[in-house]
Amino acid sequence: MDRFSWTTGLLELGETLVVQQRGVRLSDGEEKVKFDSGVLLLSTHRLIWRDQKNHECCIAVPLSQIVFIEEQAAGIGKSAKIVVHLHPASSNKEPGPFQSSKYSYIKLSFKEHGQIEFYRRLSEEITQRRWESMPTGQAMQVNKDSQAGRIRAVGIVGIERKLEEKRKETDKNISEAFEDLSKLMEKAKEMVELSKSIANKIKEKQGDITEDETIRFKSYLLSMGIANPVTRETYGSGTEYHMQLAKQLAGILQTPLEEQGGIMSLTEVYCLVNRARGLELLSPEDLVNACKMLEPLKLPLRLRIFDSGVMVIELQSHNEEEMVAAALETVSEKGSLTADEFAKLVGMSVLLAKERLLLAEKMGHLCRDDSVEGLRFYPNLFLTQS
Amino acid sequence: MSFVWPWQYSFPPFFTLQPNGETRQKQLSAWCALALAYSQQHRLPAMTVREAQDIPLFANHRLQRKLPLESIQVVLEELRKNGNLEWLDKNKTSFLIMWKRPEEWGKLIYQWVSKNGLTNSVFTLYELVSGDDTENEEFHGLDEATLLRALQALQQEHKAEIITLDDGRGVKFF
Repeated sequence: MDRFSWTTGLLELGETLVVQQRGVRLSDGEEKVKFDSGVLLLSTHRLIWRDQKNHECCIAVPLSQIVFIEEQAAGIGKSAKIVVHLHPASSNKEPGPFQSSKYSYIKLSFKEHGQIEFYRRLSEEITQRRWESMPTGQAMQVNKDSQAGRIRAVGIVGIERKLEEKRKETDKNISEAFEDLSKLMEKAKEMVELSKSIANKIKEKQGDITEDETIRFKSYLLSMGIANPVTRETYGSGTEYHMQLAKQLAGILQTPLEEQGGIMSLTEVYCLVNRARGLELLSPEDLVNACKMLEPLKLPLRLRIFDSGVMVIELQSHNEEEMVAAALETVSEKGSLTADEFAKLVGMSVLLAKERLLLAEKMGHLCRDDSVEGLRFYPNLFLTQS
Repeated sequence: MSFVWPWQYSFPPFFTLQPNGETRQKQLSAWCALALAYSQQHRLPAMTVREAQDIPLFANHRLQRKLPLESIQVVLEELRKNGNLEWLDKNKTSFLIMWKRPEEWGKLIYQWVSKNGLTNSVFTLYELVSGDDTENEEFHGLDEATLLRALQALQQEHKAEIITLDDGRGVKFF
């Protein structure tokens, strides 16, 4: 533990954060020290530990001090650990919490898990040795000759160095590109912690959820696209957005509906509307919610859901029950019809044709013949004859 | 006398169990009536459900339609509810269609008995259904299984008692 130096915890220019983990305890070799509960941060250059309760208490050790690292699996009552073997402290090291130590290794205890990821990242950083190619403002310990400054392009060695430089650059770009993902995962972890703490509080009925937590929670949800989780999406309590959308839909769909015989399936509507919008496409969810508002808002269209689950939009003036009577006539004329045949005759989509025939059956006008030849509908002679 | 099929027998939907409740009721009534008429005409013996799938009653070859197994079972259950069918085993694999209910047979038999002043007499089962005296009666030639059920029904009403005779069973009427 004498390799650590006090630090502000701020990252230097050229130093980037790789990963961080809460709930880490430091031990000097086998002995416990007062650094019991902190956030462990891994940067490209250092390993930094900051006390969770007292943010002023912050110590760091350069990654270049690390000889090698080992994993220690968790046991009963024991957290998983990483053992970090260190070089002896150099003479010009910045002052730290310990002047001397009888151990040349430290242990990091992951009381809140996270050691697998941390170990992986730490191994990566130790292998990549990014601190060598990214000199920082602080005077860093260097144990190897590193080529600070320009790469001199002379001869084959120069070419090799250039290639190496390029490789490191690519590596850096890739790591940076995935930084977002890492950040997202961090955020997700924070969210999980927050929701766990809220859940616990609710469970133990222990104090109120602080306003801060509520705000944080809501902001997380918003960033994930859940506008307001508290309101139920029933007919009555749609959001303003859906109401506006409903009015818009009524305008767009009036003419197409009239052309299509007063009724269209919701999938047809979805395609039509999004094609018209071009940009800012509607999600299926938004479309359904907007359509649910059509009737309450007394617009000239309405959403209808058949028994089979098929959803359609129909004009208010459209009366499906009347269409059923017409369907009965058509079927009677032909003796019997399948949904396909009916659709072709009348000029409507097979889906809607089937719904109409099923509705006619439900109303007792038609009956079905289900065989290997397919599903046919007949006039319901059971009720009309004998 | 050849059997006359009802109009439903040539109507393809007849062989599909209808989902609409009202329609189904009408369909099942038609099936029950047909089953009883057919079983009377052809003196249908007891049979298994699997055998039933292939008899002309449930399989119309000309129309190329067969009543599916599950639907046959629905029809059989309907017959049972009406008192016209009896399961012969616990697993409901074999059944007997009684185109007249046992009570109806019992009534006919008792009518004949009382009309001819034969109360308080004893008959063997054979005499009743195969004897010369009953030749013109509807119950003449009735199979033993159905006869027994008819007599049991009368027994319930205390109008008869089934007794054991030297060479078989018999019945005494009151």
